[in-house]
Amino acid sequence: MFEYAPAPESRSVVDIKPTYGLFIDGRFVDPSDGGSLKSINPASEEVLAEVAEGGPADVDHAVRAARTAYEQVWGPMPGRDRAKYLFRIARIIQERSRELAVLESLDNGKPIKEARDVDLPLVAAHFFYYAGWADKLAYAGFGRPPTSQHSGPDPQPLGVAAQVIPWNFPLLMLAWKIAPALAAGNTVVLKPAETTPLTALLFAEICQQADLPAGVVNIVTGAGETGRALVEHPGVDKVAFTGSTEVGRAIARAVAGTRKKLTLELGGKAANIVFDDAPVDQAVEGIVNGIFFNQGHVCCAGSRLLVQESVADQVLESLKRRMARLRVGDPLDKNTDIGAINSAAQLARIRELSDAGSAEGAQRWSPPCELPERGFWFAPTIFTGVTQAHRIAREEIFGPVLSVLTFRTPAEAVEKANNTPYGLSAGIWTDKGSRILWTADRLRAGVVWANTFNKFDPTSPFGGYKESGYGREGGRHGLEAYLNV
Amino acid sequence: MSERVAVRKTYKLFIGGKFPRSESGRSYLVQDSNVSLASRKDARDAVVAARAAVQGWAGATAYNRGQILYRVAEMLEGRREQFVALGVPADEVDAATDRWVWYAGWSDKLPQVYGGANPVAGPYFNLSTPEPTGVVAVVAPEAPALLGLVSVIAPAMVTGNTVVVAASPSAPLAAVTLAEVLATSDLPGGVVNILTGHLTETVPTLASHLDVNAIDLTGVTDADLAAELEVGAAQNLKRVLRPAPADHDWFADPGITRMTTLLETKTVWHPKGV
Amino acid sequence: MTATATSARSDLSELGRSEIALRTFLHGLPGVDQVGAEQRAAQLGTRSIKTTAKAQAIDLAIRMVDLTTLEGADTPGKVRALAAKALRPDPADPSCPHVGAVCVYPAMVPYVAEVLRGSGVHLASVATAFPSGQAPLEIKLADTRAAVEAGADEIDMVINRGAFLTGRYGEVYDEIVATKEACRGTDAGRQGRPRAHLKVILETGELATYDNVRRASWLAMLAGADFIKTSTGKVPVAATLPVTLVMLEAVRDFRAATGRQVGVKPAGGIKTTKDAIKYLVMVNETVGVDWLDPDWFRFGASSLLNDLLMQRTKLTTGVYPGPDYFTLD
Repeated sequence: MFEYAPAPESRSVVDIKPTYGLFIDGRFVDPSDGGSLKSINPASEEVLAEVAEGGPADVDHAVRAARTAYEQVWGPMPGRDRAKYLFRIARIIQERSRELAVLESLDNGKPIKEARDVDLPLVAAHFFYYAGWADKLAYAGFGRPPTSQHSGPDPQPLGVAAQVIPWNFPLLMLAWKIAPALAAGNTVVLKPAETTPLTALLFAEICQQADLPAGVVNIVTGAGETGRALVEHPGVDKVAFTGSTEVGRAIARAVAGTRKKLTLELGGKAANIVFDDAPVDQAVEGIVNGIFFNQGHVCCAGSRLLVQESVADQVLESLKRRMARLRVGDPLDKNTDIGAINSAAQLARIRELSDAGSAEGAQRWSPPCELPERGFWFAPTIFTGVTQAHRIAREEIFGPVLSVLTFRTPAEAVEKANNTPYGLSAGIWTDKGSRILWTADRLRAGVVWANTFNKFDPTSPFGGYKESGYGREGGRHGLEAYLNV
Repeated sequence: MSERVAVRKTYKLFIGGKFPRSESGRSYLVQDSNVSLASRKDARDAVVAARAAVQGWAGATAYNRGQILYRVAEMLEGRREQFVALGVPADEVDAATDRWVWYAGWSDKLPQVYGGANPVAGPYFNLSTPEPTGVVAVVAPEAPALLGLVSVIAPAMVTGNTVVVAASPSAPLAAVTLAEVLATSDLPGGVVNILTGHLTETVPTLASHLDVNAIDLTGVTDADLAAELEVGAAQNLKRVLRPAPADHDWFADPGITRMTTLLETKTVWHPKGV
Repeated sequence: MTATATSARSDLSELGRSEIALRTFLHGLPGVDQVGAEQRAAQLGTRSIKTTAKAQAIDLAIRMVDLTTLEGADTPGKVRALAAKALRPDPADPSCPHVGAVCVYPAMVPYVAEVLRGSGVHLASVATAFPSGQAPLEIKLADTRAAVEAGADEIDMVINRGAFLTGRYGEVYDEIVATKEACRGTDAGRQGRPRAHLKVILETGELATYDNVRRASWLAMLAGADFIKTSTGKVPVAATLPVTLVMLEAVRDFRAATGRQVGVKPAGGIKTTKDAIKYLVMVNETVGVDWLDPDWFRFGASSLLNDLLMQRTKLTTGVYPGPDYFTLD
């Protein structure tokens, strides 16, 4: 046997304060009409910090601070100077990446390996990418082109952006929201998820360290009510939300009839299609990465495996063998592949849907794996014998649970893949180029990964079709959400 | 010699390439004519027709769609006097014709302008391409009846969407006559479906219909109705184009936002290796 | 694998009889996506192996070393010293295990055999006109028999890359079969001596694609290889993690299809303990503990051993030693 000894990342690199206020107008302030929330480490249920819960007056305070900063400082500031602040932030993130990665892992439960190798590099890259856009907005290709060189007006920002983000990639989602908003000249009020506020608060310190003008970025922590107050605040010009389709719907209703521009990045139930000529070993890696990356807390997770019947047995055998190698446990251990489920509530939902899968007749399988006693844990799980009618084939589980379905022909694969109200992402595995393009053309999904999965890049637009939301984040397309075009 | 008795036209709906009367059997008197009064059922039928047409129209080549839009312009030019006789100002007919020509050219250019390769930091081919969102419900502006209608239909359909449009309730004759233009332009049935009648009857059905992917509220002038429709649209997260300002200049360069709002961007990744 | 998983188990031995059957089979193997394979290899390389796991890995790696010298300048004295080091890598620490084998040219085999006899350290000899393999078959086979006669119990042969790259799979196959037969030595010497183990060097640096690596691996195994080995160490690209990953997948799938286990030997370019541990992690997580044994996994290396010894000393004494404290043989 070759047992890996514990290889824990040191948590001493990060200094967590016992309590945090709201970050409004460049300062941390106590909430005026709100209470507080405890943010816990989902791997141990230990309280990490007490965080303010912003009330309506706090939200109002933050929106007014953002408005003033927009009108007096950030809006009038030349793009090249906004760019420099964003570049500065990108650099500080790189310099403090280890601290941020450890904090993210502690607060979220994700493996340090992923926080370190995926989240943090992408966060810095995202700020770096959008920084460069701040003084080039006229070239982004929106609206009417300048009639002659240098004579066209720059596309205008919207004003104050209200941004509500989820708990699965706390800092990365912050970056996806704040970087393009600021580059385009907006100011923001951002509400992090109630279970993962800590890296956003550390980001607030980074804004201070970068001497970002007060009020340009405001962080108001809290739960659903705080988010609602922010989204519904009349002083907001733009609402951007990432989260569940259910909440997205409510937000779309809330902004109906207002001037607020809305972009939504919501749920998914992505099909990962494996054809009989797939590069099998890489496909198995892609399946594993697709559903077990970040404990399956990924809106674009490949949660429905569609495998061609002629190779189904072989692929499943390989998949099970590979799953048996997954290391579940302490998120701060550098060798952990699957960390903790983010919250008790999410764990309950995963259990509920998994039980429904068993009850509806699908076969459940998990590799033998010891789960820690404290904290929230769920073993990597696959269901075979799943049909389109099963709840686990239709509803987003948002956990390490894969539903396996089979198909016989490419047309059947596409039909099953598209048979969902969602349309965020999809995967295709085949060695035949023309089949990839044929399939990709027919999939109703905003991101299609062919012979790869769960790849992200600041230059690459991300977002869904149908009930997975609208608008794109990333790339030139991502600017559109924050410009008056 | 007695004067010839004119043959009058019956103004009907345009659904699935055909000209049915309202299934409700109702009509309303407007512009001195009896015009079909579309029902909720007619709206649903129109959505079915539009959905059925999506695959063929979205799957047609951009070149083919462009040619068909240009053919619409040719047909409209040929019927110029007919529209003038309906009371549409000549300059508006000309502008509407030119608008078809303008959008015809966009069919194979927008994917280049709005899509493209993304230089991701890794060994991947990465390409973003705009695709039609599917079935689009449109509320045409009250006026100008012809140019306004063309200005909302053409940008929705040129990229491959199919359209169910609620025509101007007070001036529907131009819309029904435009349907005759469309029907003789090689446009596949169901790509554009035109409903006449009261907005309050058909549009809420379209706004809350789960098989409609987007709604363009351009012609809605009542703010409360617009908000109500947007709430309905939230049910399946339709893409929404909000009402146009009252002073909107329909003769001005339309820009591309009308097209891009009704598009999805699909980004495809593939590794580069040997 | 598609073609092999179930029905082919009994048919695999027939494949070598027909060029068409071989080609159809090898080209029916699933493809390897280069980017995906390299990313998987890189991911495995991020495992953090510390303290007790590291100590265990170092001792295992030492036992897996094929301590190698393949120089024109090799002399009896040089290879004797190397063999002595193979037996007792760290003279200051008797608990230090011996290496897996010593690997030399055929002409050097007799001198190494004198030192290793009865020690449990294997004696590997390259053969078949190593490293290019560009000699008439009879000469290559004679080369092999001579090495076996002189005392080698492992033969590291090279495949005919020219034949492989031009698609003459049958020719490559036949050469391996013939060499395996030659591993019995001359008729005269056969009595009482087991056949030498055959390691087949694919020279992956010349095969250009992972698809070719997978095909060459299967071809060698079908022809009877006991081990498949990446490289001669004589071309610019030697062993890499992704190449080894593809070969490990091949031996895993081959055993699933045929029931026969084949070993893997990355060779060339593996110089540090850190490198070696990455390979062990890859073995552990790709094919499992069945291969975590010197009988089934080897490192073809020379300077690697000293780095393993230095790291070993550091772990046992807590002090970083310098290179001066280890023999340079």
